[in-house]
Amino acid sequence: MSKELDHYSNEVAKGRMSRRDFMGRATALGVSAVVAESMLATSAQASTPNKGGHFSMGISGGESTASLDPATVTNDVGQSAGRMTGDTLVNVNADGTIDPRLAESFEPSEGGLVWTFKIRQGVKFHNGNTMTVDDVVKTLQRHSNEDSQSGALGIMRGISTIEADGDSVKLTLTSANADLPYLMSDYHLVIQPDGGMNTPADGIGTGPYRITSEEPGVRYAFERFEDHWDPSVGHYDTAEILFINDETSRTAALQSGQVHFINRVPPRTAGLFNRAPNVEVRATAGKGHYVFIMHTDTAPFDNKDLRLALKYAINREEMVEKVLAGYGEIGNDLPVNETYPLFDTEIPQREHSLEMARQHYEASGHDGSPIILSASEVAFPGAMDAAALFQQSCQAAGIPLEIQREPSDGYWSEVWNVKPFCASYWGGRPVQDQMYSVAYLSSADWNDTRFSSPEFDALLIEARAELDLERRFELYSQMGYLLREDGGLINPMFNQFLDGTSANVAGWENDPNGSMMNGFVGVRTWFS
Amino acid sequence: MIKLVIQRLALGCLLLLAASALIFFGIEILPGDAAQAVLGRSATAEALANLRAEMGLGRPAIVRYFEWLGGVVRGDLGVALTNGVDITSALADRFSKTLFLAFWAALISVPLAIFLGLLAVRFRDRWPDKMISAITLTLISVPEFIVGYVIMFFVAVKWQLLNPLSIVTANMGVFERLEAILLPVLVLTFVVLAQMMRMTRAAILNVMESAYIETAELKGLSRFEIIARHAFPNSIAPVVNVVMLNMAYLIVGVVVVEVVFNYPGMGQYLVDHVTKRDVPVVQAAGLIFAAVYILFNMFADIISILANPRLRHPK
Repeated sequence: MSKELDHYSNEVAKGRMSRRDFMGRATALGVSAVVAESMLATSAQASTPNKGGHFSMGISGGESTASLDPATVTNDVGQSAGRMTGDTLVNVNADGTIDPRLAESFEPSEGGLVWTFKIRQGVKFHNGNTMTVDDVVKTLQRHSNEDSQSGALGIMRGISTIEADGDSVKLTLTSANADLPYLMSDYHLVIQPDGGMNTPADGIGTGPYRITSEEPGVRYAFERFEDHWDPSVGHYDTAEILFINDETSRTAALQSGQVHFINRVPPRTAGLFNRAPNVEVRATAGKGHYVFIMHTDTAPFDNKDLRLALKYAINREEMVEKVLAGYGEIGNDLPVNETYPLFDTEIPQREHSLEMARQHYEASGHDGSPIILSASEVAFPGAMDAAALFQQSCQAAGIPLEIQREPSDGYWSEVWNVKPFCASYWGGRPVQDQMYSVAYLSSADWNDTRFSSPEFDALLIEARAELDLERRFELYSQMGYLLREDGGLINPMFNQFLDGTSANVAGWENDPNGSMMNGFVGVRTWFS
Repeated sequence: MIKLVIQRLALGCLLLLAASALIFFGIEILPGDAAQAVLGRSATAEALANLRAEMGLGRPAIVRYFEWLGGVVRGDLGVALTNGVDITSALADRFSKTLFLAFWAALISVPLAIFLGLLAVRFRDRWPDKMISAITLTLISVPEFIVGYVIMFFVAVKWQLLNPLSIVTANMGVFERLEAILLPVLVLTFVVLAQMMRMTRAAILNVMESAYIETAELKGLSRFEIIARHAFPNSIAPVVNVVMLNMAYLIVGVVVVEVVFNYPGMGQYLVDHVTKRDVPVVQAAGLIFAAVYILFNMFADIISILANPRLRHPK
């Protein structure tokens, strides 16, 4: 057996590599699944999590204006704090399946129009109270009632009534949705005592850690909650989140051992950083994408040929290599990729072709006036570089692209979703339905490409209610072809999440649903 | 003397009022508001409207300004729009940390700068003078974040002597705190040293031309004694001015150093709230910063008067 495989199986045992990744590598090395499984079994004996220690996380993306109210969380710090101190009804596993948490089980009825979540019994809040069905109902109501300020308001919109039903919660929808359980995994929907109606920001939840110190912009401190219902998570005695927004300071803190985990390792230096002793860079292929968006209802972007010309003109490989330093995958002008369940990998990849770009540009009959692309560095890291690369390849195809540099302050309110052609990013959603519903349905809240296709809308609604997986796959495939051809989205690249851990952090699993193991790094890892 | 202080104080209050109006309407002009900033990209129109109503952003700007002003006069700074934290207690905590850092940086840099200035005069135009000037001017010419990163790289990452980040928490003792802020104090010292040193040197050299210095020389005093006992006291006024300016800088201008070492002072706090359009917090922090400048300037003036017999006893 190869030395390499031995090494990998040890990595799994130490928790540095997931079982799935291992099986993948083993198959790549030509080892049969049976042999690989038995290798794992021998080394896995040593893989039981260690309890104890103090885990320090240096996380970027928080401010001194932060609040612990799950409804107003928008960034990585708030999301991790929510994962530490609270639980949602369900989680999404790395492989896209659903992990029931505070809901023990769930089932649809009336063809996906009504969903019943059976609530776990005997779960304790940090304040000593036992969680009740009522707490769950009130939490969901707080995120969906008419005076809600929740970031989850958009995804809760399809739910018409939320009611207690014995030891279950019954959700009645306005139209059938086969993916509803995925929505309940949203990080805003942390179950709080009394639904957080009175004291939403006190940090009291059912999570594996309780908060012991709250200094927004500086530090959150946690200690293990001994009464947590699930002993398989929450391995550290104490933990802390340090707000570190400066990337050089963050990497220095990890290298010096002052923290054991950091998020957002800068791609340009990730390769060098990985060579430092005691540090491991964790690159996770994910659902986030860096894009250029065109308003399909505004001239000149209302012309399909012009849109196609720009799509062919962009050099995707070059962008992944130069903007992401190789930490990414090329995009196919769709907001979804193979990390989504039911994604059709047969949809052909759009290639960089100056010839096609030129043909479509001529067919569009554009008058040759400059096409203005608005961009700013806040759109995504490296956005200005990406815009410059785009401009160059357009020039080669004879398309007069001009870059307009916008101020970063106010970009998301004044430029994105306002100017007809701009740089942007999307973070991805657990399932295709949700991704398409938030931004590509003609009536979507954030339809930032002004995409309006009755055919696409009809397919989306049909797929949402379809409980037969094969048929849904078929429908999503059709939608993919449609959007790729006709949409206003130019998606050159999916960025990988780049996190860094100390070498002694075990239990890491690459989770495509989000960076920082989808926020669960403090919950599921341990010191080896 | 007392009349002067009262006059200056009254003028200071007027300045503060003007500053608060400027800050308030400055933020009003910026694109976006607190509700939008809090909810970010994922804001729906309903959520925005709900949050705006709760924050009271619907009312005219002028009404909100005078409401805020009324609160301040009563000693109530209000709560932050973004997270509802009581501004007075949050500011007190941040401000005390800023003062702690500034105090130690001043304690090291001011005497050091004056001593180096005296030394430079003593060895005027010889190698110690040139070396002191060269080193301090080099340090002030390099941007402070680069100085910070270089120090961090060697001290924290390479030799692992100290932690790179200056994390200060409530349960830390004084010595732990001092250890935590050692690196930023060092960088701040580098940043403010040159100006104070050069000013001391120039002011003393100016006095050294006077007749009474010649007398002292003829009396047979040693050169350093002449500088320290006769020249320095007479050049105190300009030096104090520069020292005060630098001390004010240590309090209000250290945001870059705070970010590099992740020190939870006022600077980062203010910047965060400006980006979130959190007007009451920015107002409160702005008032404190303005007050610091006004007080230090007044202080410098008073000391100059006390140090100058002609101003002390006006005819």
